[in-house]
Amino acid sequence: MKRSNPVAVLVSGLGLCLLASGTAPLGAQEARVDGMQGNAGAGKQYYRRYCIGCHGKEGDGSGENAQWIDPRPRDFTIATFKCRSTPTGTLPTDADLFHAITRGFVTTNMPPWGPLTRQVRVDLVAYIKSFSPRWKTQGPGTPISIPAETPANMESILRGRELFQKMECWKCHGPAGHGDGPSASTLTDSKDNPIRPYNFSSGSRFKCGETNEDLYRIFMTGLDGTPMPSFADNIQPQDAWDLVHFLRTLQPLPTPEAAAWHAWLPAHAGELKPIGPDQGGQ
Amino acid sequence: MTDRLVKGRSCLGWRLPVVCGALLAGAGSDLAATAPANRPTRAPAAEAGPAYTAYVAASGGVLPAAARVAIAAHREATIPAFARKYNMPCSACHTAWPELNAFGQTFKDNGYQIGNDRDSPIWLNPSYIPFAIRTTPGWRLERTTHQPVDDGLGGTVEKTLTQSGFDISGADLLMLGTLYKDITFGFVPTVEDGEGVGIEAAFVRFDNLFRSRWANLKVGKFELDNMLSEKRSMMLSSNGGFYQTYHFVPVGDGTDFGLGDNQIGAEWLGHSANSYTRFSVAVLGSVDGVPGLPSAKSSYDAAFTLSQAFEAGKLGLERIGLYGYVGQRATTFETSGGEPIPGTGRNSKGFYRVGAVGDFFLGNLELLPLFMHGSDSKDLAGGTRSATWNSGLLELHYYVSPQLVFTQRDEIIRMSRQADPATPKKLGNIDAFTFGYRWYPIMYSRAGLALVGEVSFTKTTGTVPLSGDGVGLDPLSPSTGVRSTSVLLALDFDF
Repeated sequence: MKRSNPVAVLVSGLGLCLLASGTAPLGAQEARVDGMQGNAGAGKQYYRRYCIGCHGKEGDGSGENAQWIDPRPRDFTIATFKCRSTPTGTLPTDADLFHAITRGFVTTNMPPWGPLTRQVRVDLVAYIKSFSPRWKTQGPGTPISIPAETPANMESILRGRELFQKMECWKCHGPAGHGDGPSASTLTDSKDNPIRPYNFSSGSRFKCGETNEDLYRIFMTGLDGTPMPSFADNIQPQDAWDLVHFLRTLQPLPTPEAAAWHAWLPAHAGELKPIGPDQGGQ
Repeated sequence: MTDRLVKGRSCLGWRLPVVCGALLAGAGSDLAATAPANRPTRAPAAEAGPAYTAYVAASGGVLPAAARVAIAAHREATIPAFARKYNMPCSACHTAWPELNAFGQTFKDNGYQIGNDRDSPIWLNPSYIPFAIRTTPGWRLERTTHQPVDDGLGGTVEKTLTQSGFDISGADLLMLGTLYKDITFGFVPTVEDGEGVGIEAAFVRFDNLFRSRWANLKVGKFELDNMLSEKRSMMLSSNGGFYQTYHFVPVGDGTDFGLGDNQIGAEWLGHSANSYTRFSVAVLGSVDGVPGLPSAKSSYDAAFTLSQAFEAGKLGLERIGLYGYVGQRATTFETSGGEPIPGTGRNSKGFYRVGAVGDFFLGNLELLPLFMHGSDSKDLAGGTRSATWNSGLLELHYYVSPQLVFTQRDEIIRMSRQADPATPKKLGNIDAFTFGYRWYPIMYSRAGLALVGEVSFTKTTGTVPLSGDGVGLDPLSPSTGVRSTSVLLALDFDF
């Protein structure tokens, strides 16, 4: 048996280190988030490691596990994304995709990938953008501006409740926000896959975030590819904040809106008209 | 695989169970019943038990190693049951299974929950069972030099003993799942031909107590929160399938402890949202994971780990950590008919292990350095002063792709002070080197198969290699370097 020389093998190991460190892939910078540049070439190896099982080799959402997953994985080839800061119909920003990867999508198979380094996530953004030609011909939309939040008082909550009735949100989300409105069972996404409206009473957060600002952004940009439209052309920012404040009361979370609602409700329950067909809200 | 001690060493990695049993008998020890007799001793050949001598004779001088090692003991932690539950490929949680990557570490730290509000079993298809199995058939060669054998004339001569052939490891049955949101169980029985069933791990963990990631409690038998996990080692051969550093004790030392062994107790763990910051504190029985209260009447050990990771741009995620273990072992027992009575130990004496560890990435190259300083009290080490030593290792993984990794490890252990001043300072020193590869032609969310090739060399001074298959006897001279070689070609599969 040949002896192993510890010094020699350590040197060989260090040599391997240097060799490997010089082989990191370099290429065009194709995504940028907070000053960090992502590279599709580097992102490809991470995609293969983390994403390919669901989203598939071609990025079309047909990975080996897709058949078991509900809702189905995102199809990157059509470049339609739910969670954006940009107006409906436009491409999201790199930061939007970065945050989606980081946050994951609650109640789906998409986990939060926060443990991956920021560089890995930016590289993944760059690679995801390579699946659709839209990214070569179009730029991302301009992020919508979100005005300062209005006070979350009972007046705002009640106005939001009226909007919930008036805008017919209840038809999908149900009168109590349980995702069981009369249209709920008929909904499909842009690929004709059945889709369920959000159940405010069960989720600890929304698919596209968890703050009031995130919720505001959701119905002002819409969730492209789903039946959830953008209300940017239908309601004013003040009204949108009112709706945010009311929706918060539907969640089983200790939000300020919920606290105000539950304090007010016992003495005023009789004043409320039920939400639903042929009702006028409050 | 239950951890057993053979001539003071844990049975780890590959082994022939019957040999382990024979050697246990030869050492006059029965782990469960007479723990004191199992105090690790590096008995010279002349002191080997009659059963061992008989076994040597029966084998014609070509016999398996003293420290036959149970590969399955290292392999509890690759769990395709989770991959099936979450429809994710192995590579999502593992750099190359069984080693965890940053995402897998966070998943584990969250109590094996992905955090999508669908972790609780109420959301699962009723047909889902959190069960997986792992075993490794293969071919291997073991060779050890300077082994004393009978010369047929009433004397003893040293020979190099070699054996090779097809073999199988034991099997781990991996059952880990979520009982309810933030409550997880783990149960890992191991099966080995001729050895029956052992319990490698059995625990319940409660996560996010008080709605805090810093408050997670695990109770039962489990691997310590070692940053360099032996249970998740990618190396499997007899010599390379465990960390020498974790199991080293000086020659003549009676401390039955391995940092890589699963321990019994309670562990408090905390971590940040992305697990870049992690810590653990554990209170453990002074039994090295052996159930049945075999040691002192009331004796506890303690362990801690602390690590911090930081991002280094395109290089990857870098992590540094500290760890420590403080333990005690009984030195005297009540006896009956001259035999020690389990659980009656007293006059416990202390030992400790402390060190630092790193996990550094340079792109696709991962470097895992570890340093340890160890000390055993003079009463445990069998001398007039405490025994101390230092050890270090550097393990390298080069990930060609998620399905191919090359591995290498260098490990050095040096005695800094022998308990007996008359003992040669180099006695017990170890140099070990391992390299190999793992290729995963099958890596899906339902199962995995790895083709493993590995070569490992170990050199020990004056004593039998800690792991080395071949023979289990010390050389005739305490200054002789004993070299052991392991070669492994195996199919490591997980379903």
